[in-house]
Amino acid sequence: MKLRRSMLFVPGDNAAMLSTSFVYKPDSVMFDLEDAVAAREKDSARLMVYQALQHPAYRDIETVVRINGVDTEFWQKDLEAAVRGGVDIVRLPKTEKAQDIQELEAHVARIEKACGRPVGDTKLMAAVESASGVVNAVSIATASPRMVAIAMAGFDYLVDMHTRRSTGWEPELFYARAAVLHAARAAHIDAFDVVYGNVNDDEGFLREVNIAKQLGFNGKSLIHPKQIDLLHKAYAPTEEEVSRAKRVLAAAEEAHRKGLGVVSLDGKMIDPPVIHEAEMALQLAEAM
Amino acid sequence: MKVTKEAIAGTLESSDLLVKVAPSARGTRDIVIRSEVIKQFGKQIKHVVTDTLDKLSVSGGSIVVEDKGALDCVIRARVQAAVLRACECKELEWEHLS
Repeated sequence: MKLRRSMLFVPGDNAAMLSTSFVYKPDSVMFDLEDAVAAREKDSARLMVYQALQHPAYRDIETVVRINGVDTEFWQKDLEAAVRGGVDIVRLPKTEKAQDIQELEAHVARIEKACGRPVGDTKLMAAVESASGVVNAVSIATASPRMVAIAMAGFDYLVDMHTRRSTGWEPELFYARAAVLHAARAAHIDAFDVVYGNVNDDEGFLREVNIAKQLGFNGKSLIHPKQIDLLHKAYAPTEEEVSRAKRVLAAAEEAHRKGLGVVSLDGKMIDPPVIHEAEMALQLAEAM
Repeated sequence: MKVTKEAIAGTLESSDLLVKVAPSARGTRDIVIRSEVIKQFGKQIKHVVTDTLDKLSVSGGSIVVEDKGALDCVIRARVQAAVLRACECKELEWEHLS
């Protein structure tokens, strides 16, 4: 299972960040052609991203390109650059409904055929940023077999909801987080929490990370490299959790060897969800 | 591809480059490269610039590059962007851009 805790935003026209972001080792690098790039620089940024995608430094890291929304004049050109450049995942912002994903998918398939990539090779993810997007999250998440993740984007959503960000447990985002997360789990895809904009506020960032982790998000979209290590450490299992995970897997292995259907450890039944949880804990531990 | 107007792409920030492209009065292709790392990487920078121009079939024009330590992929992208702007090209032929 691909680990997706951290997805680092990299402005598509920022040469320095395009040249260095891989060294911070986020789980995914997301080259941004949308909000981070001024309209008059879209053409240049598109070429920067197209070239960066082919750079050997990005061969061993999952690449994502956030294209412009389907209501803009830019998105199809962005898509050409991303798919032809060999991107792993295309992220569609401001996704409102399943048809947005289906339209995107049709164009991705067309470009894959044109450039010789296997059809289906490019994966998709959607960012929901409005009340409509949240309400339609399940149909969006299940709109295509290419979908691998869905992300919650907070800024536009809160404007749409006539509210603003608070501190604490952030009740204004609770429904949307829960809806997006349920959509992701129902579709068996990953879920990303919102970005935390204040890069100098580690305490606030970690508070939000803990909310996302506790709810069940796979990770967060990040806007600064310094947030990567904080996030990964927060998602890392404790030594006790790692120890128990190893014992769970050992007990399950022994039960399998003996042909037993069910086994218990410390008086608790070890069933497939417990085994899956143990495997996830070890994967997170090994990634540190 | 014919250079029809002046155009620039890129910035003078670290790890980037500024590329200025303009029509050439004599019809020749004139390349000027300035870089902080010209002694170490001058040949490589020139190779990337000329290769990029060749693939775009740019046979004439003034191309001035102010490099600030950019990677090859950034040089290629900025040269392409400046040329495509200078040629007023709207439809990209991707096979010439890799």
